[in-house]
Amino acid sequence: MNCLTKFRMIITSNHRNIKEKFIELFFSATGIIALLILIGIFAFLFITGIQTFTEISLTEFLLGNEWNPAAYGEPKWGILSLVIGTLIVTFGSLVIAIPLGIASAVYLSEIARPKIREIIKPAIEMIAGIPSVVLGLIGILFLSPLVALIFGLSSGLNAFTSSIIVGIMVLPTIISISEDVLTSLPNEFREASLALGATKWQMIRMTLLPAALSGIVAAIMLGIGRAIGETMAILMVAGNSIAMPVSFFDPVRPMTANIAIEIKEVVKGSLHYEALFAIGLVLFVMTFVVNLISDVIIEKQVRGYKW
Amino acid sequence: MVNEHVRQNIYFISFRIATFLSVVFLLFILLYTLKEGIGVIDIKFLTSMWFHRNITRGGIFPAIIGTIFLAIGVSIISIPIGICTAIYLNEYAKENLLTRTIKLAIRNLAGVPSIVYGIFGLSFFVLFLKLGGSLISASLTLGCMTLPWIITTSEEALKSVPLSFREGSYALGATKWQTVRKNVLPYSFSGMLTGSILGISRAMGETAPIIMVGATFFMGYLPTSPFDKFMALPYHLFILATQHSSPNAREYALGTALVLVALIFMLNLGVFVLRYKLRKKKEW
Repeated sequence: MNCLTKFRMIITSNHRNIKEKFIELFFSATGIIALLILIGIFAFLFITGIQTFTEISLTEFLLGNEWNPAAYGEPKWGILSLVIGTLIVTFGSLVIAIPLGIASAVYLSEIARPKIREIIKPAIEMIAGIPSVVLGLIGILFLSPLVALIFGLSSGLNAFTSSIIVGIMVLPTIISISEDVLTSLPNEFREASLALGATKWQMIRMTLLPAALSGIVAAIMLGIGRAIGETMAILMVAGNSIAMPVSFFDPVRPMTANIAIEIKEVVKGSLHYEALFAIGLVLFVMTFVVNLISDVIIEKQVRGYKW
Repeated sequence: MVNEHVRQNIYFISFRIATFLSVVFLLFILLYTLKEGIGVIDIKFLTSMWFHRNITRGGIFPAIIGTIFLAIGVSIISIPIGICTAIYLNEYAKENLLTRTIKLAIRNLAGVPSIVYGIFGLSFFVLFLKLGGSLISASLTLGCMTLPWIITTSEEALKSVPLSFREGSYALGATKWQTVRKNVLPYSFSGMLTGSILGISRAMGETAPIIMVGATFFMGYLPTSPFDKFMALPYHLFILATQHSSPNAREYALGTALVLVALIFMLNLGVFVLRYKLRKKKEW
C-alpha cells in the first residue's frame, strides 16, 4: 500500500465521520425544533391563561356557576355550567358509544366471518375520517328536528341531540381499538378455553374480555378525550345556552363551544380574552390527563403480559 | 347446556345487531349527505366563484381551492419536521427516561382538542407575529396540530422495521446513517407517508381552528399570496348551515359537505391503495 492510497483512506474516513456527525446533528436539530414548538404551545397557553387568576380567584373561576363576562357592572366568571355542559355531553355520548362499540368489537373480532370483518373494519375506519362539521350539519338538518318532533320540544338543539352526534363520532375510535386489542390476544387463550368445554360465549366472557379489559378501557378513555375536545358538531347542535342545564333536554354550552363563540369578539389582552385561554388550559389539562391514563394502560398491557 | 347455548345465541344476535346499528349510523351520515347534496353539484357549482347575494348563481370553487392550498401549506410545514423528528426519536436519541417522556408527551399532545391549537394560533401567529388572518397563519396553526399525529404514526412505521435489519447492517460495517438510509427508511417510508397523508386529510376537515386564524366566508378573488385570507369548505358549510338566510342554504351546505367528504375520501382511498401495493412488495 503506497502512501497516497493510505492518505486517501484517511481522508475518506474523516469525510465519512464528518458526514455522519452532520446528519446526526440535522436530525437532532429538527427533533429539538419540534419539541420546542410543542413545549412553546403549552407555555404560551399557560402564560396567557394564568393571568386570569391575578383578577379572578381560582375557586370563583372553577366553582362559580354563572358565566357572563360581558355583563355591565358586575361580570361573572364561573365556568361550572360550561364544565357541566361538557360532562353531560361526554357522558351521554359514552352511554351510546360504549355498549355499541364493545359489542361491535367483539362481533368483528370473534363472531363475524373473516370476509365480513375485512369489509366492515376498513369501512368503519374510513367513515371515522368524516369531519365533525359534517356530523354537526346532519345534526342540525336531520336529527334535531326529529328529536324535537319525538319529544315534543320547541327546539331539538340540546344536550341529548349532541350526545347522539358525539356518540356516533367516538364510536369508530372505540370499535377500532377494542377490536385490535381482542384480535391481538393469543389463540392459546381461545383454544385452552374451548378445550375445557366452554361455549364460545363463555370463552369470550370469561377469558377474552377479562384479558382485553385494560385495552378496552384505554379505547374508552381515548373516546372520552375526543368527546371532551369535540367543538364543531357541538357548536352546531348543543343550543349554546349559558344557563345551568337541569335535564338532558336542555340546551348546553360546553367549554369548546364557548371558546369558539366568544374568542373572535373579545379584545386581545382583556380579562375576557385571558379567561378564554384559561378555559383552553382546563380543556388541555382534562384531555391530557385522560390520554395519559389511556396511554399508561396500553403501555402496561403491552409490557405486562409477555406472550 | 341447552340453556347455555340459548344464552349464547341471544348474546351473539344482540352483538350482531349492535354492529349492524353502528354500521347503519355511520353509513346513514354518508348516504344522507350524498342523497341531499348531490342535487346541487354540477360543473358550475364546482368551478365558479361564490355569489354572495344570490347563492344559486355561484359556486364553491374558491372554497375548494382554499382547502387544497391549506392542505399543501400544512403538508409543507408538518410532514418534513414530523418525519425527521420521528427518525431522531426512534433512531438517534438514546433510549432513556427523557426520550420516553418526550415520546409519551407527543402521543398525548395528539389528543389535545383542535380548538386549543386554534386559540394558540390566533394569539401567536395572527396577533403576536402579526401574520394576520391568513393562509400562512392557518397552515402554521394546523401544522402545529398535525405535528404530533405525524410524529406518532411515523414512529410506529419505524418501529415496525425489525431490529435485525439494523444489526445486520452494522455487522457489515455500515455507519449509522448508511443503516438508516439503506435498511430502515426504505421499509418504513410507505408507512410514514401514508400516516402523514391521513393526518393531512384529517386537518382538511378541521373547522374550529381555522375560524380563528383566517378563514372567511366570502371572497371575490382567489388567494394569491400566503398572506391572503381564504375560503375553506368546512367553514363555508358551517356558515351556510348556521348563519345564512337563503332558502337554498340547506342544500348548498349539504353539497359543500359532499365535496369535502369526497376530497377526504379520495385521499384516504389513495392511501389504502398505496398501502396495499407496498405491502405486497415487502415480505420478511
